[in-house]
This record gives sequence, C-alpha cells and structure tokens, in this order.
Amino acid sequence: MHEVALTVNGTNMRIEVEPRMTLADALRDRCDLTGTHLACEHGVCGSCTISVDGRAVRSCLMFAVQADGADVMTIEGLANGEELHPVQKAFQAEHGLQCGFCTPGFVMSVTKFLETTPDPTDDQIRDGISGNLCRCTGYQGIVRAVKRAAAELNGQS
Amino acid sequence: MSNRIISPVGARFVGQSVQRKEDRRLVTGHGQYVDDIKVPGALHAAFLRSDVARGRITKLDVSAAREAPGVHGVYTWQDFHEQFGEAYHVMMGEALVVPPPLAIMDVRHVGDPIALVVADDRYLAEDALELIELELEVDQAVVDYRTAADDSDNVVHAGWGLPSNVMVAMPFMPLAPDLDEAFASAAHVVETLVDQNRYNCVPMEGRGIVATWNQGRGEMDIIASTQSVHETRNFFARYLDIPEGNIRVTARDVGGGFGQKMFVFREECAIVLAARAVRGTVKWIEDRRENLIASGHSRNESGTVRVAVADDLTITAMSVDHVADVGAYPPCPAVLDPTLLTGPYRIPRMGFSMSMVWTNTMGKVAYRGPWMFETTAREIAIDATARAIGVDPVELRRKNLLSFDELPYTSAAQREMVEITPLETLDQALEMLDYEGFRREQEAARAEGRLLGVGVSVYVEPTSMDAPSLHTEGATVRVEASGKVVAYLGTTSHGQSIETTMAQIVADTLGVAYDDVIVVQADTQSTPYGPGTGGSRTAVLAGGAAQRATESLREKVVAIAAHMLEASGDDLEIADSTISVKGTPSKSVTLFEVAKLAYRQAHTLPADVDSSLEATVRFRPTRFPTWSNATHICVVEIDRVTWRPTILRYIVSEDCGRMINPMVVEGQIFGGVAQGIGGVLYENFVYDNEGTPLTTTFMDYLLPTAAEMPHIEIGHLETVSTTNPGGFKGLGEGGAIGSHACVTNAVSDALAPFGIVVTKTPLGPNDIFELVRAAGHA
Repeated sequence: MHEVALTVNGTNMRIEVEPRMTLADALRDRCDLTGTHLACEHGVCGSCTISVDGRAVRSCLMFAVQADGADVMTIEGLANGEELHPVQKAFQAEHGLQCGFCTPGFVMSVTKFLETTPDPTDDQIRDGISGNLCRCTGYQGIVRAVKRAAAELNGQS
Repeated sequence: MSNRIISPVGARFVGQSVQRKEDRRLVTGHGQYVDDIKVPGALHAAFLRSDVARGRITKLDVSAAREAPGVHGVYTWQDFHEQFGEAYHVMMGEALVVPPPLAIMDVRHVGDPIALVVADDRYLAEDALELIELELEVDQAVVDYRTAADDSDNVVHAGWGLPSNVMVAMPFMPLAPDLDEAFASAAHVVETLVDQNRYNCVPMEGRGIVATWNQGRGEMDIIASTQSVHETRNFFARYLDIPEGNIRVTARDVGGGFGQKMFVFREECAIVLAARAVRGTVKWIEDRRENLIASGHSRNESGTVRVAVADDLTITAMSVDHVADVGAYPPCPAVLDPTLLTGPYRIPRMGFSMSMVWTNTMGKVAYRGPWMFETTAREIAIDATARAIGVDPVELRRKNLLSFDELPYTSAAQREMVEITPLETLDQALEMLDYEGFRREQEAARAEGRLLGVGVSVYVEPTSMDAPSLHTEGATVRVEASGKVVAYLGTTSHGQSIETTMAQIVADTLGVAYDDVIVVQADTQSTPYGPGTGGSRTAVLAGGAAQRATESLREKVVAIAAHMLEASGDDLEIADSTISVKGTPSKSVTLFEVAKLAYRQAHTLPADVDSSLEATVRFRPTRFPTWSNATHICVVEIDRVTWRPTILRYIVSEDCGRMINPMVVEGQIFGGVAQGIGGVLYENFVYDNEGTPLTTTFMDYLLPTAAEMPHIEIGHLETVSTTNPGGFKGLGEGGAIGSHACVTNAVSDALAPFGIVVTKTPLGPNDIFELVRAAGHA
C-alpha cells in the first residue's frame, strides 16, 4: 500500500492505495466520488475524464500513485455550491444528455476545451468532443450545449 | 394536415420542451448507476470466461483460487446445479430457458462463463481467476450462420442432444392465394439479397447487479442495471422459488439499454446464487470487454427479397426468405414479423419464410427495433428494384406508399394500418431536402467525377406492440399531505426522460405545476407492475396509465373541494393547484387545503365522500399496435481517394402523434439515427473462422463520435393516435429502424456511376473500396 496525498475538489486528502489501482478507481472507491464513470477502462470513451493540474485526463489510464501531490477536479467539484457551471447548465438546457452515464466525462472535457477554444466553430466543437463517446444523443444536443456554454462563458468574461 | 393536430385545451406542459427533471443530478455527478451504489460489506465478482468458441471442459480445478487472498468463494456448475428452479421470461415464453448460470460440460461461445470468483474487491477477484486451472478440448466452431444449417458435423447444441443448428425454420408461406401468379405475370421481378452485419447495443454503462441475501427474512434485494425491475423480480421469484414479495428489485439511474437489458442474463443468475451462498452482498460490474463479447449481439441477418412490379410501377407482390443468426444462447432471438415486410406500402400480396440458426457466437439480444430487418430488407430491395427497372426510387415509392386519406388499409398480412402518414412524411422530407434540386446538383457533381448519393427509407413502427404480456401499464398517483403530487409508475427508465414526460402529463391532467410532480419508478416495493421499458411502449402505455390515474385522482380532489366550497363538482376547475368555482375565482381552495382536510380532518367529510387522495389505474390501449411512421433521407459523398463515406445531410420527417416533449422526441430520433449510421458505416462486430471475436475494444469496435455524426434535420407531423387518451405514439426505436437502409441506399446511389448496387453492410472505406475494385473501377 502507498499513501497518496492529493487535492480533490479543493479538499486535501490522503488515501491508501495499491500501486496498481487506477486513479479512477481510487476516486470512486477511496474518495467516494462516484461521478467519474468507467465505460471502457481502456482510454477511448472519455467517460472518466477529470482535471489533473488543470489538464483534462482520462483517469482510467492513470494510476492513483501518479497523482501524488496533484490538484484534481472531478465533476462533483465543478458547480459553485448550488450554482451550476455554465457547461452543466447548457447540457441541461440543450438536452445534451439522456441516460447521463457519459455526461460527467463530456462536461469535464468540454469545460477544458472551452478554456483553450473559447469561441469554437461547429467543426471545432465536433472535433473537440470526438474523444468522448455518447450512445444516446447522437451528439446533436451536446454540440448545441457547447455553443450555448461558450456564449455564456464569453458573456461572463 | 392541421385538422389532425390536437391543440390541447388548457395544456401547459404537454407539447412543451420543458427541461428534464433527471438532469440536475446527472450533470453534477450525482447519478446513481449500479456501480455508484455502495453497499457496506459488498463482495465483488469476476467471471472466468471461455477463450474458445466450442470445446469440452476436460479439467476445471478451482482449489488454488479458493485459497487466494481475499477470496470468499469460487463457484462452478457443480456448486449451482441444484440451487435454482424455473428460468424463463414471461414475454419470451417458457420454452426459451435462460441457459445455466455457468457452463456445464462444454463451452459454446467465447465469453461463455465457466467459473465465478467472489472476493473482497474486483482486483483480488481477477487475481484469483488466474489461479483457476482450466483445460479445454477444442472443437470446430460454427461461425457462419449462412452455412450453419447444413453443418451436421458441428452442432452448437450437441451437448443438449440436438441434431442440427436450426432453432426455427418456417417454410415459405404465401399470404395471398395468387402470389405465384402475381410474380409470374409481373412486368418486372427483381430479386435482392439484403445482408445486414452484426452490431451491438453497447450502452455506455454495461451490465451490473448488486444482490443481497437476507438470511433472517429470506429476502433477496437486487439493484440492477435493467430495463425492467418487475420482470427481474418475477423471474427471480421463480428462479429461487420464493414469493415475489420477498424480492425487491430497484434501479436508480441506468446508463442505457437499447434492448440489451430487457431480460435477465445468466451472469445475473450466477450473482444472485452467489449472494445466497455467501449470505451477503455480491456485486458484479462487467467491463467493456465482457460487454462486447458476452452481453449479446444483434442484427446479423439476411434475406432474399423479391419484388414484382407492373408496367405502371405498381408493386403487385413482395416476398422474403429470411435467415437470422441467433448465436449460442439468445435471450431474444429475432422473429421476423411478416406483417411488417410490406410496411407502409400498398402491396396486395406477400409471402415469407424464416429461419433462425444457432452459431458459436454470443446470443442474440433485442436491439432498438428488433423488427427492423423487415424495413431494412424492404427499403434496400425497393432501391435495388428501382435501379433494375430504371426508375427513380422516389417515384417507385410515391406510386406505392399509403397516404393518410386512404386509411384504414388492411395489409396482405391482415394488419390494419391507421393514423399514419407515409406519403406525407415522404413529401415533407423531399421538400426539406429539395429533392429535384439535389438531383441537379448530383448530376453536376457526377460530371466532375464526384460520388454523391441520396438514400430514402420509409417505415412504420409498431409502437406499444401486440405482445400479450406487454398489453398494460399501471400508475398510482397521489396527492401528498403537502399538496404535492407523486406518480408511481411501472416503468424502468434507462435514458428515456420518463420522469419528465410523465410529470408533464400528470401536471396538466390534475392542474398543478410541473415542479410539484415527482415521478417514482423502478422499485418493485412501491410501484405498480410494469413489464419493462422497451418496444417504444412508454408514451402510449405509461402515458395512458398516468393520465387515467390522474383523471381518477382529480375526481377525488374535486369531490372533497366541492364539499369544502359547498358547490357542485361539475362547476369546479383546477389550475395552479387551486380548485375554484368556474367564473367565481374568489371562491376557491388550494390543493394543500384539500390535502390538509383529507389527511387531518377526514372526520369532517360526509360518509359518501372518499378521503383518499390516491388513484391506481391499469391502462390498456384500445388497439395494438399504435403505429407511428417516418421517412429518412440522407445525402452521402464518397471520397475517391480514401473511399470514406461522409454524410452531408440527414433529414427525418416523422409522425409520432401528439408530442409530449418535442425536445425529448428529437433526442430519441438523434440517438436512434446515430445507431443506424454507426451500424452501416463504423460498427461491425467480427469473429474469425474459429469464432474468436476480433473487435473487443473501442479501438476495434467503432462507435460513431461527434466528428462522424451529421447534423440531423427533423420535420414533424402530428397525427393523433386514438389508442390512448393523450393521442400519443411511441417513437423510441424508429431512428434506428429507418437509418440503416437510408444510409445504405445513399451509398448505393453514390456508387451508381460504377454500376454498383449496394445491398450488404457494413460500408466502411475498405468495404466500399472492395465493391469498387470488384466492379473494375479501382
């Protein structure tokens, strides 16, 4: 067992993990943050996307021990209290989810994508979210949500 | 068509794209999918699965695994074989038995579960799997369903003593006395072999179950990723031979199903038996490889379609000879519904044969429109027929499609087609595309050497289908002591927005705010029985139940309010949770005041006024099925260097009756179309000649991403259904049903300059390249 110290959603945590435990499993089982979902566990679907030191990361492809000292944000840390993040609000407003299983990964990916591409074209949006798989929406509501979120975030800044 | 559109009187929520009640928890990471639910002390399970498609078990030694760290139990068939009873689902009938939880003497497909390890966590369970000693004597697998029926040397179920690989074979049945003459005398008869590839449901959340055995009470508590908590409960009551009331099945959030999770799987049986064996909680969450190789496949069927056409383009007869691969252990073998072959067309004669063939592959499951092949076969054959006789496929369709004005129409298979708009949706879709304009553009593009094609597909969808066990849904609706409303439904949502749409219906019917209605579902201890969410049933059946129960509840509210207001119930109306005398709004009571009286001061009511503020209704539509219909059109361009097909436009004109929530309707269409596009252009589940699956990750089995999916344009017609009080129709499966043939026909049209007629899928770049090369153009 190894002790890992990390910050998760602004809270300092120390967890005990085996070296082989993925960061995704550690967040779900050791930190009780089950919003990070596992849908392939081989780095393709993007459902487990979180932010590690400000970058979008697939937490199924990273071991928990690699996150020692890292600043992690999961879907549970995105809203400001009861006030949803603009990306979360946009997914709801534009029907960007149906079963919702892939949604946390999408929301985290989109949040990071809009930081680097604040005013994306449709093609840029589709390219930017092509690392996340959704089986319900055909992506149409998600593309609309990204546009809406971009507009709201640009209006704020 | 405006005379057929209901303008709901007083409706405030039905018909509106209100925001979903489900979303807030889901966008914040607070959904509760089965793996998110933590049961203290839960043990974790992993299956040892066969790596070979067909073979006999010659050695199975689990003794080392039993001694491994953290292991609580290792189970094989020997441990389970006398531990369970009847294993069937009512909908599929007693004859279709769920296979044994673990392999007995032999394995029949890659992924066949052989042993089960239960340990402190999944990591330890998988460690122990590696200590199991397994030896198999490998036999020649049966992989190709096209030749399996004639293979008597290799029989998938030889272990059951069966002589052949044919599960069902129905000989050709003409549904018109003069069918042969019609073909013999037709100006044109075109025969088309339509061949649809194998693709899978692939919900983003795989299968999963948490089973807890309470030894003291003799109770089994099950949390499952399922489409039907009630049928899961009833199944396990028979399986464990305990009363239904001693089993509770719940689901909180379910991450997609698409048909796959309609029935209980053998792995889930094993987990339930293991929970009883350890007298505690056992959890199994499958990984993606398990989901891809062992949860079940769909499609993989073919049919030879014959179309007889007169000189004036009237289709005088159609027939199909259909063969489907059902794999080794099919939870839901496809059944060709011959009544759907002629679909929305005026085709007076038809005939069909069908067979289902076992192979050493994973079993066939239901997948969004299990009856889609009838549409696939017909629509691809119509395009091939049009090409063969030299007419535009739209012209051939126009000549033969039913229009609303000529209904009712009784089909050759004696199905009454009513309340549908096939020709009208075709016209709307053609107009949205500007079909004539497209044909001119295509001509110019072809002159430049570009490969541009258009495909059309028209279908009817038998929503709320006519299966006896699926004829009803129940709802209980209650005004609580606070004046808020709870609706208990028999549904098990796996992404269909049921909490939202049913609350819209209840709110309008009672006259309360949408936010004041809570929908409870997927809990067998509190909700009325429902056979499951699938088959595009919910809008019609659960919607009907919710509306009728709320109407009944409304009468009770009015009776109490009438007493309070000293008015006649007939003079009262309810709006915004306030019951008032029509024309005298000052004379009113609130729903809270009614509830207060009913719950706290019932003694003040006259004896003949019921103080109950709850109503339960079991609803049955007036007719089966509830038809809905649509036309799909898409435009495809094929790159002449990479042969990659790209969809440039995708148009759907649909008629699902009165829409409860247009945003939800369109979302269902987008998702269904994506699955059809995926199946044709990207997804293809492949086995090699030994029956080894080759597409076991998302690197190999390609789901479409946002970069591949086109923007979909939707037109709506709203022909009200009379099967249910709301005028609703289902539409959940249509997107998937119509899109396969639509995309295939567009690729075929794009390749027309090479003389290629496409009737087989998949159609990835390499498949298209091979078609072009075979035609001598690459």
